[in-house]
Amino acid sequence: MVAAVDKSRVPWWVSNLIVPLVNLILALLVSALFIFIAGENPVQAVKLIIYGSFGYLDGFAYTLYYTTNFVFTGLAFAVAFHCRLFNIGGEGQAYIGGLGVFLVAINVSFLPVPIVWLLAIAGAFIFGAAWAFIPAYLQAKRGSHVVITTIMFNFIASSLMVFLLVDVIRDMKQMGPHTVALPKEIWFPTFKEFAALFGVKIRYSPLNVSFLLAIAASFFVWFLVWKTKWGYEMRAVGHNMQAAIYAGISPYKNIIIAMCISGGLAGLLGINEILGVHHKIVAGFPAGYGFTGIAVALMGRNHPIGIFPAAFLFGILYQGGSEVTFDMPNITRYMFVAVQGVIILFSGALENLFRPQIESFFVNKLNMKREI
Amino acid sequence: MEILPDIASLINSTLRISTPLIFAAMAGLFAERSGVIDFGLEGKMLAAAFVAAVGSYYFGSPWLGLILAIIACVSLSMLHGFASVTHKGDQVVSCVAINILMIGLTTALAAAWFGQAGLTPTLTDEQRFLEITLPFTDVLRDVPVVGIIYSDILSGHYIFVYLAYLCVPIVFWIVFKTSFGLRLRAVGENPSAVDTAGINVFTMRYKALMINGVLIAFAGAHLSTAVNANFFREMSAGRGYLALAALIFGKWHPKTALIACLLFGFTDALQIRLQGVELPAIGTIPVQLIQAIPYVLTVVLLAGFVGKAIAPNAIGQPYVKER
Repeated sequence: MVAAVDKSRVPWWVSNLIVPLVNLILALLVSALFIFIAGENPVQAVKLIIYGSFGYLDGFAYTLYYTTNFVFTGLAFAVAFHCRLFNIGGEGQAYIGGLGVFLVAINVSFLPVPIVWLLAIAGAFIFGAAWAFIPAYLQAKRGSHVVITTIMFNFIASSLMVFLLVDVIRDMKQMGPHTVALPKEIWFPTFKEFAALFGVKIRYSPLNVSFLLAIAASFFVWFLVWKTKWGYEMRAVGHNMQAAIYAGISPYKNIIIAMCISGGLAGLLGINEILGVHHKIVAGFPAGYGFTGIAVALMGRNHPIGIFPAAFLFGILYQGGSEVTFDMPNITRYMFVAVQGVIILFSGALENLFRPQIESFFVNKLNMKREI
Repeated sequence: MEILPDIASLINSTLRISTPLIFAAMAGLFAERSGVIDFGLEGKMLAAAFVAAVGSYYFGSPWLGLILAIIACVSLSMLHGFASVTHKGDQVVSCVAINILMIGLTTALAAAWFGQAGLTPTLTDEQRFLEITLPFTDVLRDVPVVGIIYSDILSGHYIFVYLAYLCVPIVFWIVFKTSFGLRLRAVGENPSAVDTAGINVFTMRYKALMINGVLIAFAGAHLSTAVNANFFREMSAGRGYLALAALIFGKWHPKTALIACLLFGFTDALQIRLQGVELPAIGTIPVQLIQAIPYVLTVVLLAGFVGKAIAPNAIGQPYVKER
């Protein structure tokens, strides 16, 4: 075993860039092994992923559309994580957030469009936050572990939404479990319309203004967590609850607020999916984005500056991955769920695997330079 | 009277449905009593179900499938130990990684090897465990009370059902009556004291995780090679989490955890029984809402209507030996 090096002597770029990068490479190597076991050529798969996500404009737009979703769910997980809470319930919160978007938008669609959008965003946030509130309250007051309760709330949200989509808010003229479409005037402007202004023709693209909302949400989280008194209190609770209590910070209040903001951010996924893409609630629209948020946040070291590139990387994996599933019959989208698992393993649980070695390597190297 | 056979069949299903929960809860008990959080029961159960189904399909024997499932689950437990005991990584993150990895990998490999649907081939009767009819079932059937209890409730289960109920007193004995059990509990409560006594904390935790892997494999094999005759996508359906909730609700004690598992099993059995049934005054409850009952119950129980659960003191903390 390598002796741990003095943390203050490790340059920031080693612990925040080199180590995560090494972990990511390890994760991708293991993923390549899985693709090989499934009977396909990993090198070919990588080529397809890069072509699918960058090779043509439509594909790149898809990559950014997925990025949008992962920014929301990644930020959601990160905010709760700073308070040492594992919000695994992004999936359910996003689902209920979508319900909020739809209910608000359909009921206020007579108002001026920008106001409808603002209200819909508020609806997404409040519904998502409300769905996170109960697990938060139970964690704070009763000590029920938030991992189990949020997972249960995912199952409950899924049952509830299918029930609503089948029996209550279904478009009764259609067979499928989805609602009526929102009026066209309030749909979010899409990348396709934007590109058309410049004379670029795109067949179809789900990318829409929500991408900008994701950037705004990243700034919001950065400001909230690192620049406000509340963010400080929340991180204090996460870091050392006893010390926080001693400093007069209420852990109950902070646990509940952190979870609600986390749930609200996950709920914003509903804006991208419903105002931007489907324009109605479709059964199962969160499609695993909530879970991917965990990997995104851990890879991005729970900071918006890290989460954005991590979300982009997962956007590449998703969009490139669908290209792979088209061309390689042995690969399904579940392979990329497995890849997420490996990435969580290496950049989360095993993040210290090679950290001592890498850090002492660079520290020694820099020392040598100084001596010369 | 139609009610008596109804009750008998309800109890019968409760015993069967509780089985994977009991194995999982006992598996979780070993890990958590040693101070290692195990949310990864869900993923390991899936892995076991997949490996058992594929193993018995290829080798023609469910026992070989079970052995392979045990190997797979012990390896995953060792991975969890490697990340969270040896490298002191975050235990919850490690569990989440194992769960997501297994949801993806099992279905991806099933699809790659057996076609896009993500199912493994249906096992023949030789390739799976069958119901065991206890001796004298037919003779005793007509005896009042005893007949129903013996022939309709106790007889005709898969071997795992009997093993699960056998396993609970054994776990109790190991954890509370042996010196290994004492050390196990001590490692979870106060690892530095155990270390001072000359017992290796890391070895103890690895041993606990090894037992954990063996037990959870039974839960998975029960799902794919006994109750069902193949593996399908996400077939564990949250049972790993339910078992963990049962363990917490049962205050990390085998007897109370068993009762909690039976309660979950009963709710699930009732839930299946209630689907499509017209109830007086309420009418038919939509099936989606009925299916949510076990999950709602989990939250309600965890909310602690029976008082706060006190976890093992050192749970979730990696042990750092002072230098």
